[in-house]
Amino acid sequence: MSEEKKSEPLFSKKNKALITNPLNSINPVTIQVLGICSALAVTVQMDNAIIMSLAVTAVLIIGNVLVSLMRNIIPGKIRIIVQLVIVAALVIIVDQVLKAYVYDVSKKLSVFVGLIITNCIIMGRLEAFALGNKSWASALDGLGNGIGYGLVLVVVAFFKEVFGSGTLTIPGLGKLTIIPESVYDMGYMDNGLMLLPPSSLFIVAVYIWVQKTRNPELIED
Amino acid sequence: MEYLNIFIKSAFIDNMVFTFFFGMCSYLAVSKTVKTAVGLGSAVIFVLVVTTPINYLLETLVLQEGALSWLGDEYATMDLSFLSFIMFIAVIASIVQLVEMLVEKFSPALYGALGIFLPLIAVNCAILGAALFMQQKQFANIGQATVYGLGSGFGWFIAIVLIAAIREKIKYSHIPGPMRGVGMAFLLTGLMGLAFLGFLGFEL
Repeated sequence: MSEEKKSEPLFSKKNKALITNPLNSINPVTIQVLGICSALAVTVQMDNAIIMSLAVTAVLIIGNVLVSLMRNIIPGKIRIIVQLVIVAALVIIVDQVLKAYVYDVSKKLSVFVGLIITNCIIMGRLEAFALGNKSWASALDGLGNGIGYGLVLVVVAFFKEVFGSGTLTIPGLGKLTIIPESVYDMGYMDNGLMLLPPSSLFIVAVYIWVQKTRNPELIED
Repeated sequence: MEYLNIFIKSAFIDNMVFTFFFGMCSYLAVSKTVKTAVGLGSAVIFVLVVTTPINYLLETLVLQEGALSWLGDEYATMDLSFLSFIMFIAVIASIVQLVEMLVEKFSPALYGALGIFLPLIAVNCAILGAALFMQQKQFANIGQATVYGLGSGFGWFIAIVLIAAIREKIKYSHIPGPMRGVGMAFLLTGLMGLAFLGFLGFEL
């Protein structure tokens, strides 16, 4: 892939923007409002969130590259079903890998691994980007959007886990205690609401609020 | 009674939107007016009632471990469940196509109301989510699976109609700039989710 015909450097300004834009101004979750189902449901523990974002990023990059390589031979009329089949096949592979290496997490993610198929970020990027761009640019676009998605998941999971159960579960490090025992002795209590589904929505709402206050050009009218 | 319990549990307690965030993309995108929300909501109910039983049959007759035993003894130990994602999504996509064609042929009025929403639904996570949960819950017969589909669809319907009604009213309120639009919709959904938590443990 390094021998592109035009002498465009691999990490030209345009290509870098493909990675950095999805982190803020076109963030897939908070600005484009895509792929929310999984973003909110898997964030009770940090390790679930991290592994879910890795899975989505992997599917995004590989799917983007495959569709971009095939973009000239896919007939326009059946492109949705072709994309669905590609994504479904990739998700099956990801699911089997997760079951083989991180079985506990894959049990906790349960149906949400399967739901990567209908994650709108993936279909959205395939439709909007991979069908009209070269494979290297598509790979970067997939990476950028995957990181943008992961960023929101990690932020939500951080607040949910720290305030909901006082711990932080990081893959490879195990369960870390964030709030020390002495604070509990003084009468502090974990916020049970943080473990319930609605709190993810509140955290994302506040995230959007902060993000749009810092970037007033993103405000809707 | 069994059926009523499944219906209430899937519609209110395990509400698709408020508990699992299924179908949030279209939930937020199409909830600006009540009229379109009713259209999309009914289309979701319709597709769920049709696809859940078909996926149930597929699961019990083809995919489950030992499900192929009706073909003969040598197939009795086969486990095709790793194929379930691709099979379910293929069934959903093709049923949605088929339903769209049938509705267009036999009921132009219904097609006018649901038509534009049907293609959207193939990639609505609520449909695939219901199929995957149906697989996990291991229903005893096809009737229970159908009621589960109906209940989930109904839960999704009330969620989107309620939020659309609120968003219609809130259009004229004075909301801080950064929260306008999506931010407020998230906050409202969270509050509605809190209200729905009141159904927890409810059983007939």
